[in-house]
Amino acid sequence: MKKVTYRNLVSSFLGLFLVALTLVPQNLSAQDQSSGDPVKGKQLFNQNCAACHALNRKMTGPALAGVTAKYEGDKEWLYAWIKNNNSLIKAGDERALAIYNEYNQAAMTAFPTLSNEDIDNILAYTDAPAPAPAAAAVAATAAAPVAASGISNEVILGALMLVFGLLVMMLYLVNKTLRSIAEANGVVYETEEKEVRMPIWLAFAKNQFLVLVTVIFLLLSSAYYVYGFLMQVGVDQGYAPVQPIHYSHKIHAGDNKIECTYCHSSARVSKHSGIPSLNVCMNCHKSIYEYKGNPEGPTQDDLANGYTNEFYTKEIKKLYKAVGWDEETQQYTGESQPVEWVRIHNLPDFAYFNHSQHVSVAGVACQTCHGPVEEMEIMYQYSPLTMGWCIDCHRETNVKVEGNAYYDKIHEALSQKYGVDKLTAAQMGGLECGKCHY
Amino acid sequence: MSSNKKYWKSEAELSANDAMIETLKQNEFVEQIPTGEFLSDKQTLATSNTNRRDFLKYVGFSTAAASLAACEGPVIKSIPYVVQPEQIIPGVANFYATTIANGFDFASILVKTREGRPIKVENNKDAQVKGTANARVQASILSLYDSARLQGPLFNGAPSEWSDLDAAVVSALANAKASGKKVVFLTPTYASPSMSKLVAEFAQGQDQVSHVVYDAISESAALDAFEAVTGERALADYHLEKASVIVSFGADFLGDWQGGGFDAGYAKGRIPSAGQMSQHFQFESNMTLSGAAADKRVPSNSAQQAQALAALYEIVTTGATSVALPENIMAAVKAAAKAVVKAGDNAVVLTGIDSVEAQSLVLDLNASLESVAFDMEAPRYVRGGSDKALQSLVAEMSAGGVGLLVIDGVNPVYSLPNAAEFKAALSNVGTTVAFSTMPNETTASVQWVGAASHYLESWGDVAVKKGHYSLTQPTIKELFDTRQFQTALMKWTGIEGTYYDYIKNNWEATILGASVWNKALHDGVYVGASAATKMVSAIDASAQLKALKAATAPTMELVLYAKTGMGDGQEANNPWLQEFPDPITRVSWDNYATVSKADAASFGLVNENVANGGLNGSYISLTVNGATLSQVPVIIQPGQAPGTIGLALGYGKTTGLKEEMQVGVNAFALYNDFSRTQEVSVAKEGGMHEFACVQLHKTLMGRGDIIKETTLEVFNTKDAKYWNPQPMVSLDHQEVEATSVDLWDSFDRSIGHHFNLSIDLNACTGCGACVIACHAENNVPVVGKEEIRKSRDMHWLRIDRYYSSEDTFEGDNEKKDNFDGLTGDNGSLGGFGELEDPSANPQVAFQPVMCQHCNHAPCETVCPVAATSHSRQGQNHMAYNRCVGTRYCANNCPYKVRRFNWFLYNNNDEFDYHMNNDLGKMVINPDVNVRSRGVMEKCSMCIQKTQKTILDAKRDGREIKDGEFQTACSAACGNGAMAFGDINDKHSKVATLKESDRMYHLLEHVGTKPNVIYHVKVRNTTEA
Repeated sequence: MKKVTYRNLVSSFLGLFLVALTLVPQNLSAQDQSSGDPVKGKQLFNQNCAACHALNRKMTGPALAGVTAKYEGDKEWLYAWIKNNNSLIKAGDERALAIYNEYNQAAMTAFPTLSNEDIDNILAYTDAPAPAPAAAAVAATAAAPVAASGISNEVILGALMLVFGLLVMMLYLVNKTLRSIAEANGVVYETEEKEVRMPIWLAFAKNQFLVLVTVIFLLLSSAYYVYGFLMQVGVDQGYAPVQPIHYSHKIHAGDNKIECTYCHSSARVSKHSGIPSLNVCMNCHKSIYEYKGNPEGPTQDDLANGYTNEFYTKEIKKLYKAVGWDEETQQYTGESQPVEWVRIHNLPDFAYFNHSQHVSVAGVACQTCHGPVEEMEIMYQYSPLTMGWCIDCHRETNVKVEGNAYYDKIHEALSQKYGVDKLTAAQMGGLECGKCHY
Repeated sequence: MSSNKKYWKSEAELSANDAMIETLKQNEFVEQIPTGEFLSDKQTLATSNTNRRDFLKYVGFSTAAASLAACEGPVIKSIPYVVQPEQIIPGVANFYATTIANGFDFASILVKTREGRPIKVENNKDAQVKGTANARVQASILSLYDSARLQGPLFNGAPSEWSDLDAAVVSALANAKASGKKVVFLTPTYASPSMSKLVAEFAQGQDQVSHVVYDAISESAALDAFEAVTGERALADYHLEKASVIVSFGADFLGDWQGGGFDAGYAKGRIPSAGQMSQHFQFESNMTLSGAAADKRVPSNSAQQAQALAALYEIVTTGATSVALPENIMAAVKAAAKAVVKAGDNAVVLTGIDSVEAQSLVLDLNASLESVAFDMEAPRYVRGGSDKALQSLVAEMSAGGVGLLVIDGVNPVYSLPNAAEFKAALSNVGTTVAFSTMPNETTASVQWVGAASHYLESWGDVAVKKGHYSLTQPTIKELFDTRQFQTALMKWTGIEGTYYDYIKNNWEATILGASVWNKALHDGVYVGASAATKMVSAIDASAQLKALKAATAPTMELVLYAKTGMGDGQEANNPWLQEFPDPITRVSWDNYATVSKADAASFGLVNENVANGGLNGSYISLTVNGATLSQVPVIIQPGQAPGTIGLALGYGKTTGLKEEMQVGVNAFALYNDFSRTQEVSVAKEGGMHEFACVQLHKTLMGRGDIIKETTLEVFNTKDAKYWNPQPMVSLDHQEVEATSVDLWDSFDRSIGHHFNLSIDLNACTGCGACVIACHAENNVPVVGKEEIRKSRDMHWLRIDRYYSSEDTFEGDNEKKDNFDGLTGDNGSLGGFGELEDPSANPQVAFQPVMCQHCNHAPCETVCPVAATSHSRQGQNHMAYNRCVGTRYCANNCPYKVRRFNWFLYNNNDEFDYHMNNDLGKMVINPDVNVRSRGVMEKCSMCIQKTQKTILDAKRDGREIKDGEFQTACSAACGNGAMAFGDINDKHSKVATLKESDRMYHLLEHVGTKPNVIYHVKVRNTTEA
């Protein structure tokens, strides 16, 4: 035992030395209490522990900040607990049983793969977490040149204005001087007598050809605009209503790369893509209780819109309220309040559309119709969802027939008939009225 | 030759000089643009100060306002589940096996639910008995969403609490025990093993408990006869698919005789295969579905039926008979007897005569024939009522001997002939409780009303037949504060748990054996082993024969029956059933007295058609045993036995019904001694009744070749060209087959799917399950009696009923062959007049007609906006949003299957049926559009179903198997008359049916090339 401790000591000293050599010296003070690397520890913590533990907050498991102190630095016990808590509980360890019972006898996942070193790193992190990178400062400095270039543009424009003003002034002065010289030389001005001419509007009215052309032109152009106006009635491209919860597809699908069909699972089997029920949200948000920002930190635009970390965290609380999740007790209260989302993509009742046909059978990417959802902070209707838009796609898109026994015979026969290898949805009968209207 | 036989749809068509009929025949569109609604009120029009200019201003303003308002789309909310149930995926249907057992209808069914809402009833193919839903069962789903349902318990008509009701019952039980009074449950036939056990357990805690089973339409005679022979109160079962000769005396076994459900077996035996099909003799008074399907139908009154049965028995057993009968009946009896003797154990005899003698004689006859179709060993339990028990209950109630009466699921204050007596007796009962889903006459007469759950919200079990069990499971949570009777009974008995637990425990202990409960629940049905019922006492045939021979008929006889659409009247508030046209008379929204033409003439009764296509009829009053029903409208029914009058039970309800549904007269008032035949005196009354009869609607303009019919003999001996001739046309002065000439280039449909629907006229019994199934699947609106009368019915699928004159068929064959068209020198109308009284006993043929999905559709070529077009899958598409309502298509359709939406039928309180309230709308199929005003609609060949099947196969990456493609009608048809599928799949059933010799298209000579095919009807008139 002693030997092990000794070796540990050596390794931790080594570690400390390396850290001191390679990393920021501010952390030196933190290194005093622990023997691990908090940076590695953070990574390990996020990989293994964060699903159930937070630093300063009770979650599925206890808050882990200062956990070494809680157990009076008994690292051996902590190693044993983390690697295989079950054996401790079975052995009737007092401290193990205490924590086990406190959390409703919910067994913690065992981590036999973590080495003592890893655990040390984690504990180092939990005892004194590395501060968040100075994102705000970076952002501020990054923003500075943009602002500077804006000012310089204005200066240039102002200078130009001044120059032009001077030129006008000079011209006026030259003119005035010339006039006075001319007067001085006795030159007399003659003003021409104006001939009484027909007013232009009367001339226009008398020219019947012009009137006709103008009327035709006016009629055509107004027809064009009226048609244009009517054609966009009911087309809600770009419709981005305010939702009861500010849900950011950018954060979920973009930053965190969550599959679309993880939440919209019925898109695979049903005509509806479905809005995920709140229990699906809670699969992750049971442990993700606050928004910690993307790695690069909020951009200038985000800040301008008020999308701060606190803002997002508040939205998560809205979810908790709706689903009836009590953060204190980590339990559902049973008082739920369904979320009334505003539907963005509205097809009329007489148009039949089936998600599973497109997602599962055709393998069309969600983005084809819904646009770059992973970049949308606020979800909006990307496509016009008009019949012409549907049909264009059906005319151009080849049907995915490979590896689908349903298509084998039909594909062969149709390919022969049309003399092509690839078949579009239109050639398969995808333009028939009754396929979408019944 | 079959096709030269002439068909008629109405009695009136037979009178040669009825100008109105001729006008209607030539007038395809009797509907006019409905300006009458606002132009008929002359007074308002005259006094109104809105002039033309003002009117135009209003129109302009409202148009502009409407267009501006339309520019702003509404905000639509989308609300997901908080916790989504595991089985529910929005947009994907779930199916649950359950069972309906309401005392009249029993069927094992599948219920389709969407997002937790039951929306459609399908047949449960796993069920060996009663696995097909008839029209009423198909429609029962709408009764779940009836806005008139009882929504909570009542006390003396005021809303109450279940706890109060429980307390009242418990104290009534204690009182009854203390005072030695009886506790009585009055229920319909449950046939439920768990319920019987529950009642028995309940009875242990009480001294005097009796459970009176009451069938509104009694089968007591048959039950008594069977009980006398076997000791078990049940009904013999019949496997008609095994019978080669079926003789029925007054048994409408294709209707509701002994609980019904014999049609699937019957239809199997009716499809000619290898030159064989069953032969069916029917002796009956009213024209019934069975009579319509019969090869030989003999109109006869009840006494003649009884004597004919006696005569048949004697001839079969002894070879001769001493019974004296009219010549034509005797001849038929002799022919039937000959056939029975020849068929031996392949023959079966059925009777619906309400006498124990007749019923036991038939049991004896079938047993002595050792008929293979006769099943006594595993009898059916679908009826179990006892008339005597009920009448003694009424006496006991009046005498004050009953302390607590609990009624569940029956409505005796409406359905008893002595309803007034029953109602008075109720006041002598200490505590009265009635459980019902709907408010009715009985719930209005008792102290406590328990709002009962609908069967789709309840648990239950049924033993339909010995050894055959089915389970009822809820498909939706109770919509209201309702409770099923069994749950209440468990509470009163003090049994813990739910009725589900109770059934499960009972099944696991007594029924399932080694089988698994969850499997039985999943399948909905379970077949267990059981001891065979045996004949324990012999039948004294001579006594029965004597009684039958002595039967006498009154001068006028009333024959009560249950209508296909209404049954015993439980679902009277169901608009689908009210609008369902009776298969025989084609009248909806009414019951009526059916009289023969001869009787009508002698009483001076008339039916006449008026200019808008509606049918009017005289009124009569019917007096039975001192009770009089007045203002009974009359329908002159071809084939009605002279001296008899038919009248349907189940109508004339008023309490708890919407105003529109309060139609008809209550024939239960004449149902004395639970006998379906009554001596009646008839008197003509003044006035004319306006029927909603679709009989003469949608004329085919006198085009022939609608029905093709032949006899088995011709079918077996002659070439198909003879009995199923192709129409000929002249091409280049040559007579060629019409199918070989074409105006159009044909589209290549050999790739992909090509759907065909096949309809076998031999197997179709006209039951109408498909009509209601189509209603439910396709959101077909209900339009109401007035609109139906104006021939604005919306049924996408109609079942045409054609009469033809059997008695003149053979003798006048040659003459009829020379008929040419309907009018003219050789016209059939004139010709019919010369023929010998054709309406006395016509033959009947049913023909379901829906959009024929013509490959060369006349409707498609005339649509100015291309709203209707053809698909390569053979379906004729109708894009509602494109339709502008010119109605050219309907004009040009030779089959008259297109329906125009004259009004907005949904969200419109003028049409107070089910689409105007939130509850009733829950039945709407979310996969099918709800059409609006001003568009044409029609059968889509259930494209939503075919497309779903295709998509499922694509998703699974597999080919589609035969039988996967279904339409609502083909799936609902338990008789196998309809088959649907892909004819490009050469091995499919429908592809083989298309190649059949019997196949023909409707109006082949028009050259429309329909995708619906029919099969020539074959009648087995072969003399044995």
